[in-house]
Amino acid sequence: MEALFFILFGAIAVGGAVMVVTRRHPMVSALYLILTLFAVAALFVLRHAHFLAAIQVIIYAGAVVVLFIFVIMLINVPESRLPVERATIVRVAGVIAAGLLILESAVLARRFAMPKAPVSGVGTVEAVGRALFTDYLLAFEVTSVLLLAAVIGAIALSNKKL
Amino acid sequence: MNPALFDLVVAVARIAVMLAFCLTLVVVFTWVERKGAAYIQDRRGPNRAAIFGIRAWGLFHPMADALKFLFKEDFIPDRAHRLFYQIAPMFALAPVIMTIAVIPFGPDVTLFGRRIALQIADLNVGILYIFAVSGMTVYGVVLAGWSSGSKYPLLGGLRSSAQMLSYEVSMGLSLMGIFMVFQSVRLSQIVAAQGGLLFGVLPKWGVFVQPLGFVLFLVAQYAEANRTPFDLPEGESELVAGYHTEYGSFKFSMFMMAEYFHMVVGAAILSTLFFGGWQFPYLGDTGFLFPGGAGFALPPALVFLLRIGSFVGKVVFFAWLYVWVRWTIPRFRYDQVMRLGWKMMLPLSLANLFATGLILLLPGR
Repeated sequence: MEALFFILFGAIAVGGAVMVVTRRHPMVSALYLILTLFAVAALFVLRHAHFLAAIQVIIYAGAVVVLFIFVIMLINVPESRLPVERATIVRVAGVIAAGLLILESAVLARRFAMPKAPVSGVGTVEAVGRALFTDYLLAFEVTSVLLLAAVIGAIALSNKKL
Repeated sequence: MNPALFDLVVAVARIAVMLAFCLTLVVVFTWVERKGAAYIQDRRGPNRAAIFGIRAWGLFHPMADALKFLFKEDFIPDRAHRLFYQIAPMFALAPVIMTIAVIPFGPDVTLFGRRIALQIADLNVGILYIFAVSGMTVYGVVLAGWSSGSKYPLLGGLRSSAQMLSYEVSMGLSLMGIFMVFQSVRLSQIVAAQGGLLFGVLPKWGVFVQPLGFVLFLVAQYAEANRTPFDLPEGESELVAGYHTEYGSFKFSMFMMAEYFHMVVGAAILSTLFFGGWQFPYLGDTGFLFPGGAGFALPPALVFLLRIGSFVGKVVFFAWLYVWVRWTIPRFRYDQVMRLGWKMMLPLSLANLFATGLILLLPGR
């Protein structure tokens, strides 16, 4: 049952990701990105990482992609003027790279066994919170300082009068 | 009965009961909104719809509305993006309906020797699920605004996405205090924790332990639901009707349903987090016990009914509060909305978080 769901959501995630990069219209790509993010959240749930799944949907699907769409709406390129990409050497190189990646993951997958049964209790809100604020407190705080620096940097770059 | 079959029947029954409850309130509140508006503005309100001459204060009006929307021409504007124009109303309505899954609507009941929680799903992430799902509603508004191929909806969609993102931050932060006090994000546990007494007199409801958090969350909820005084995305004096200007027939009615569903769900969340959910003040499992020792016993069936009634009453009251506020308070200007969100709500919710943490860490607690 679980393997079935894994294959289902994995296929949705990969299919959605392919659609994100192949669609011509940026809005369509953004919507496929939401689909992919949801499918990945479902994979997290299958591994009993409930907190991670919720945060994935809140932050990525609920906020980051909204900002993408915000930009797409503001630029609002008419459909007739969307650029058409032609097959170039870059595309050929991309296909070769993708093939190599698939080959590599196949080799890696042969080396490692199938994932073990999910451990329940490590992905809950309580467990993640405890781990973040005890064992990984320093890393957590350093990351928050890094994010703060990024926020200040964005404001400084966009506001020349500051 | 076969246990697996029993579980299935219980699960379906819980979904049906909660969905029927919310949908009924949605229908009733489209009528209450217009009657309430009329009452507040000293008018009569809708009173013409009748079946066989029975008017019933215009109660049949929602039915007439639904029929009208169903029979109107399903119209797609020439410049609209066909696919997105069609799926935008679905994006608006579906996530709001999904949020009812984690709201507990009654105490545990015992049926055929099995304990059944009156909640569709008791998720570990609890309220985070509501945040995650209700965050999706913004796509309905944004897509509707963008795909209509017209200026006013586009502006409405842009306004709404900026507003929803701004207020989501303070909405999340204003609830942190509740999680800290009740030590859980599970709604069932939060409701159970609100059954005690505060200082031996007051019920230990969220509103009494987190008064500032309640006010902040209430304001953020109104902003998230795009209701007055925050209904800038559809401010008709500036944007005609905002993001749903170009919508008609049943697609428009889906936006309407989404708005009223949002009201009902918002009312249910408010009563669950801040007003004890199904808890009735001073009512224990066996009967009333007032502070001071007085009390009397009640049969379990009556206790159960009082608790369910308590939840329903709170939800109806807070849904009515949306109507009341809408017809009492004028709309903000857009820069005022943004200033309120970022310069008042956010610092206040951070201060609330800090103060709550300080009090919880005080020695001697």
